[in-house]
Amino acid sequence: MTDKPALTLEKVCKRYGKAEILKGISLTVKPGERVALLGHNGAGKTTLMKLILGLTKLTAGRITVAGAEPGSAAARRASTYLPEAVAFHKLLSGREQLRLFARLAGESPRCVEPLLERVGLGEAAGRRIGTWSKGMRQRLGLAQALLGQPRVALLDEPTSGLDPISRHDLYAVIDEIAARGAAVLIASHALTEVEARTDRIAILRQGRLVADDTLEQLRAQAGLPIRLRLTAQRDGAEELQTRLGGLRVNGTAVELHCRPEEKMDRLARITALGGLVADVEMAPPSLEDLYRHYSGEDRR
Amino acid sequence: MMSRILAVSASEFAIARRNRWVFMATGIMTLFALALTFAGAAPTGSLGVDLLTVSVASMTTLSVYLTPLLALLMAFDAIAGEAERGGLALLMTYPVSRGELLLGKFAAQLGVLAFAVMVGFGAAGATAALAGGAGAESLAALARLIGTSILLGGAFLALGYAVSAVGGSSTGAAGLAAGLWLVFVVLYDLGLLGAVVFDDGGTFTRTVFPWLLTVNPADAFRLWNVAAAEGVALATGMTGAASALPAWAAPAALILWPLLALGLARIAFGRIEP
Ligand SMILES: Nc1ncnc2c1ncn2[C@@H]1O[C@H](COP(=O)(O)OP(=O)(O)OP(=O)(O)O)[C@@H](O)[C@H]1O
Ligand SMILES: [Mg+2]
Repeated sequence: MTDKPALTLEKVCKRYGKAEILKGISLTVKPGERVALLGHNGAGKTTLMKLILGLTKLTAGRITVAGAEPGSAAARRASTYLPEAVAFHKLLSGREQLRLFARLAGESPRCVEPLLERVGLGEAAGRRIGTWSKGMRQRLGLAQALLGQPRVALLDEPTSGLDPISRHDLYAVIDEIAARGAAVLIASHALTEVEARTDRIAILRQGRLVADDTLEQLRAQAGLPIRLRLTAQRDGAEELQTRLGGLRVNGTAVELHCRPEEKMDRLARITALGGLVADVEMAPPSLEDLYRHYSGEDRR
Repeated sequence: MMSRILAVSASEFAIARRNRWVFMATGIMTLFALALTFAGAAPTGSLGVDLLTVSVASMTTLSVYLTPLLALLMAFDAIAGEAERGGLALLMTYPVSRGELLLGKFAAQLGVLAFAVMVGFGAAGATAALAGGAGAESLAALARLIGTSILLGGAFLALGYAVSAVGGSSTGAAGLAAGLWLVFVVLYDLGLLGAVVFDDGGTFTRTVFPWLLTVNPADAFRLWNVAAAEGVALATGMTGAASALPAWAAPAALILWPLLALGLARIAFGRIEP
């Protein structure tokens, strides 16, 4: 069971009128796997989730959610969703709202209290949602996404509006959902969180899937240059540049770029220069560089 | 299925209580019903019927206008508002069907309306009975008025959901609901009246016109109340059309309307992409 994908997308296309939003997306997520879905604003992340949930119809392609068709009763039972902008009825209390969701999901109302405690809303639960802060509403959204035993969890920008501590809590909850065997798909713009907290990264660019792999693999495939920053001894910057090439940054520093496989070779040449170099700083491509590379932002 | 419908209507009812719809609807109904009953108290003697009969007759006229209005006001935002807030999309990811959502809302709002009608007309009826007497027949007329008002409210609640789904936005739906009220409650009758005057007692007036009245839930409501009670018919002056129809016509129309309108609303709701 563990190796059969809980969520599969095959050549998924979506068109709104004439605009082609998604152009042939294929993606699978296994139980327990956490996949980050990245992409620029308007890339189609939310649209992809709505297709998986059956909220909007496919133009072409095929999606299965725990083996069922999107929007079918079986698929709805198997999936949970945390929308981008969570909207609850402001006249209901948090407890009432969650109780409604629990009953719709076929869960016992008794699971509501522990869930409210779990997301830190135990005290506010009796108050009307209209009086809540954005972060509190976001937590309630998370609580409803925890209802039942989801096989597929779709979280659209789950950390938006959360303070740093809450973000941390949120990812702990996400790990828990995944550990219980759900396939988790997280749309996000928070690169650093995604780096630490997901198993795989998928990047959408203008409706196409341009990357779908682990971070290490993506780094290797991109082959982005490593940046070396050398600080010269006293007035040696001039000489350093003539010997190694690169760019003068300020009075005393030189910046070099090299491919990952050339790294050791470069370092050897630098140490051979001996006293000319006072310091070496090495920066591997950052996550943002990597994201820019794949999402095509660096070519603008 | 039943438990999901109940869950939806329980939360819908909590909302109606908090946004004061229960209070407002009941207050308006009671106020108008009492005012009409007292206004009608003066000329009773000339008709030779008890005060409750006169009161029911004037409340019938009141209900034709007020019940559809309250129902549409409660219903127009039910789907459009939820879709606009984004709450509908989340609801639709749960294993609850659109029909169940619709029925849940319908049950709650019909409950609110029924409460308002029973309290409002009940209070006015009791006042009239205490002040001017009541008979078995006028009590039956009061019960009929309350029952048919609830059916009328049901029809317009469901029509309200249909326009809420078609309207696109809350404001669009509000406009459509206002138009709907105007057409069914005012313009339809004006049109028929014009046709009857033009026809001047011809075949149209005698055969087609009564049936056209049953097509409109507001007129079917009026016909049912009029046809069933002679006293009420006398007081509203609507005997002609009532006697031209078989006795089942108006009740059948009024009972079918809520079901038909719910079907319409379900179809319109089905076309919405949350
Ligand atoms: N109902 C709709 N009708 C027409 N176009 C739509 C509709 N919904 C989305 N779009 C278009 O689809 C594209 C993708 O939108 P989507 O919301 O999926 O982007 P996103 O990746 O979630 O962006 P963001 O990061 O800003 O949330 C956008 O160009 C948007 O205008
Ligand atoms: Mg989005």
